[in-house]
Amino acid sequence: MLKNRIIPCLDVKNGRVVKGINFVDLVDAGDPVEQAKIYDEQGADELCFLDITASNENRNIILETVKKTAEKCFMPLTVGGGVRTLEDIRNLLLAGADKVSINTAAVNNKNLVKESAEKFGSQCIVVAVDAKKVKENKWEIFTHGGRKSTGIDALKFVEKMEAMGAGEILLTSMDRDGTKKGYDLDLTKKVSNLVNIPVIASGGVGNLEHLRQGIKIGRANAVLAASIFHFGEFSIKDAKKYLDSKGIPVRI
Amino acid sequence: MSIVVIDYGSGNLKSAAKALEAAGNNINIGSKIVVTSDPKIIKQSEKIVLPGQGSFRDCYLGIKKISGLNETLNELVLEKKKPILGICVGMQLFAKTGYESQETEGFGWLDAEVRKINNMNKKIKLPHMGWNEIELKQDNFLFSRIKNKTHMYFIHSYEFMTKQKDCVIATTEYGNSIVVSIAKENIVGTQFHPEKSQKNGLIVLENFLKWKM
Repeated sequence: MLKNRIIPCLDVKNGRVVKGINFVDLVDAGDPVEQAKIYDEQGADELCFLDITASNENRNIILETVKKTAEKCFMPLTVGGGVRTLEDIRNLLLAGADKVSINTAAVNNKNLVKESAEKFGSQCIVVAVDAKKVKENKWEIFTHGGRKSTGIDALKFVEKMEAMGAGEILLTSMDRDGTKKGYDLDLTKKVSNLVNIPVIASGGVGNLEHLRQGIKIGRANAVLAASIFHFGEFSIKDAKKYLDSKGIPVRI
Repeated sequence: MSIVVIDYGSGNLKSAAKALEAAGNNINIGSKIVVTSDPKIIKQSEKIVLPGQGSFRDCYLGIKKISGLNETLNELVLEKKKPILGICVGMQLFAKTGYESQETEGFGWLDAEVRKINNMNKKIKLPHMGWNEIELKQDNFLFSRIKNKTHMYFIHSYEFMTKQKDCVIATTEYGNSIVVSIAKENIVGTQFHPEKSQKNGLIVLENFLKWKM
């Protein structure tokens, strides 16, 4: 039986790990390769790096980080942040990423998801969707790390991305990110039911019960969290034990 | 002697090579891991690893584009019986025909076809992505020290379908029973990614490196 995945996410800036609270206050917390090794040893099902390096000249640092991680950690690795072109995707895959997540460029460049899925295969193209609730049962896509509204309906957008060839949706609730109040379960459930590709729930995890809700109520195939794992509050093992005790299929 | 990882532009090339190096170090095997598409170097190797990621068609066309590679692999595998491990699409290419995007001929070393996984009227999601348990169907060196129902990492939407049931050494459940590992004489393959399956994946690679025909 296919298991639900637990994915720790590391925000990486200029080659260092940080975690944004609502994408604003950054707390420096270490070397990404060392962190990745810890998660590998704890039995994380995948790793996710989000590159939030702002300046273009420092963009290649992430490739070094990915390379070093892939040499030490023999586990699936997704890398996102600042991915704009087929060349960016190729470079990340060659550095050792298994999947590349596309966020702003999936909105701005209509063909990027289609072209990259054709070129590299759907299995490695993740579309990262940052959605904010605008009214009851309506969510809108935000880009540029959640700063820019687009007016695009999130549910229509994910359907379109699936049709374009996306292999997975990384769904972040902008309302919940950094709040520790739990995932936006309505949004997660709607998206999970709508598309026939895997959905990763993200944004808002404050405790282990939130992970269970993301899977059980939100119907997500995988759950992503950053700070609860990163600051040692809970280990990946704690999370798996908890989910297992609640009857959620996980890899122990 | 060397183990060659065939370079035809597949994305998981480097991960496969690095994992083979780590597996080699774990068991103190002296073989060098060489990433190449040069038929001369491949001919001198001890064993071959064929990684694969992306579509069946792109991968096979990628191999055909490299002068002499297709012929060399056919000769080494079929006549010289050199051990070869195919990973993911690398294994799928051992089939006669693939049906991803359009009908494409494969190596045809096994009587098999590669078709889209049945999503059971959308009851299951595709790609089949994540950790699934493998069911060992036969005793095989490739799974020595691997327990039945061990989790391996999968990421694929197409499956290897064969009537040669004697070649199927492991399966998994995803909607239907899916072939996830095959073995026939010098030819072995895994649908899952041993290079991404942490410790247990490395054990599979160690077993391949240790394999004496």
